[in-house]
Amino acid sequence: MTILTDHIKEVKHKIWSLLETVNDPEVPVLSVIDLGIIRDVQIEQSGATGYKPIISITPTYSGCPAMDVISMQIRMVLLEAGFTTIEIKQVLSPAWTTEWMSAEGKDKLKAYGIAPPQYKQAVCTPDAFQAEEAIQCPQCNSWNTTMVSQFGSTACKALYKCEDCKEPFDYFKCH
Amino acid sequence: MNTSLINYTLHLADTALVMGHRNSEWCGHGPVLEQDIAISNIALDFIGQARNFYQYAASLSGNGATEDTLAYLRDVQDFKNLLITEIPNGDWAQTTLRQFLVSSYQYYLYQQLQYSTDEQLAAIAAKSLKEVTYHVRWSSEWVIRLGDGTEESHQRLLKAVDEIWNFTGEMFVPAAYEQELNTNKTGVDVLAIQPLWLHKVQEVFAEATISIPAKSFIQQGGKTGIHTEYLGYILAEMQFLQRAYPGAEW
Ligand SMILES: [Zn+2]
Repeated sequence: MTILTDHIKEVKHKIWSLLETVNDPEVPVLSVIDLGIIRDVQIEQSGATGYKPIISITPTYSGCPAMDVISMQIRMVLLEAGFTTIEIKQVLSPAWTTEWMSAEGKDKLKAYGIAPPQYKQAVCTPDAFQAEEAIQCPQCNSWNTTMVSQFGSTACKALYKCEDCKEPFDYFKCH
Repeated sequence: MNTSLINYTLHLADTALVMGHRNSEWCGHGPVLEQDIAISNIALDFIGQARNFYQYAASLSGNGATEDTLAYLRDVQDFKNLLITEIPNGDWAQTTLRQFLVSSYQYYLYQQLQYSTDEQLAAIAAKSLKEVTYHVRWSSEWVIRLGDGTEESHQRLLKAVDEIWNFTGEMFVPAAYEQELNTNKTGVDVLAIQPLWLHKVQEVFAEATISIPAKSFIQQGGKTGIHTEYLGYILAEMQFLQRAYPGAEW
């Protein structure tokens, strides 16, 4: 029995490291683990000798078009690693938040030129013309930046510009 | 099989889908690039929310229903969306005003629905609420900017209020399925959220230097499948491919 438990632990560990290689197609420096969308990995016995991974993922935004691609890539990676039966479940609750993004992921984002979400969740209220969050320019580190639009190139980003180095940049907005 | 729960879920799904479709008509036509991107992103949020509701409705219905059959193979009289979502976009003032009126309604609706005794409706509502918060903020800023802007933008906003205000009352007239789900705390009591909505609208309208129309005629029917002539045209465009080439995939 302990041998079996140890083995399941090992398989789980292997799956987590495989998931580390699956990237967000829209922000390719982030793995699905950095993004915080893998909510659970379970293993079920399948057939006499095999294991069936059950992966629970949660979408960043309801309409995120990357989710279908991500599910497919997870399936591909697991198939290549020899798993034949795979289940990918979508869970909606609790709703994804940028607070689940790993610290490593935030560093990777910044190095890639996207301002990472604030470490502490900013107050998200529906009030009009609220004071803008102070966002640091990922290029020159200046805090002298302004928001151009709350909606950027993908659902998860807002568009900013830096008043010092004059570069426009994406901000991975708090959610 | 709980028919009221299916109808209620479809009502939420259809409202999101038709609104998403109308917003998507702006894609490539927005007044400036950033706003074109904004309204297209909002359209995407709505279509994502619609998918979540349709997937749930399909699982409740059985009979081989899928999110696609529900979106693409039902006809006008089966759709339960609010009428306000199907009327044409008009100009930017009418589009952003409609967005504000609908998003504020959804904001209070989902705020309640996230505590639904139905776990899946609660999960979809909690997820959607985060997105709707951005929509309310974006659209109310536009209403204020246009109302408190130039003489022309002010006039256009007034005209938009005149065009669509009659369609807002329907949000707060519960259909039979809403009433039924209300009794077991599955759905939301729309009468209870009306004062919250009205307060928000008053607040934004005041900043926009316009007022709420005094007339109280309520154009309704959408929740039970009685629609304006516009929905047929929307569905003709949206459903053409699946009707002409059943089962076609990308
Ligand atoms: Zn800079």
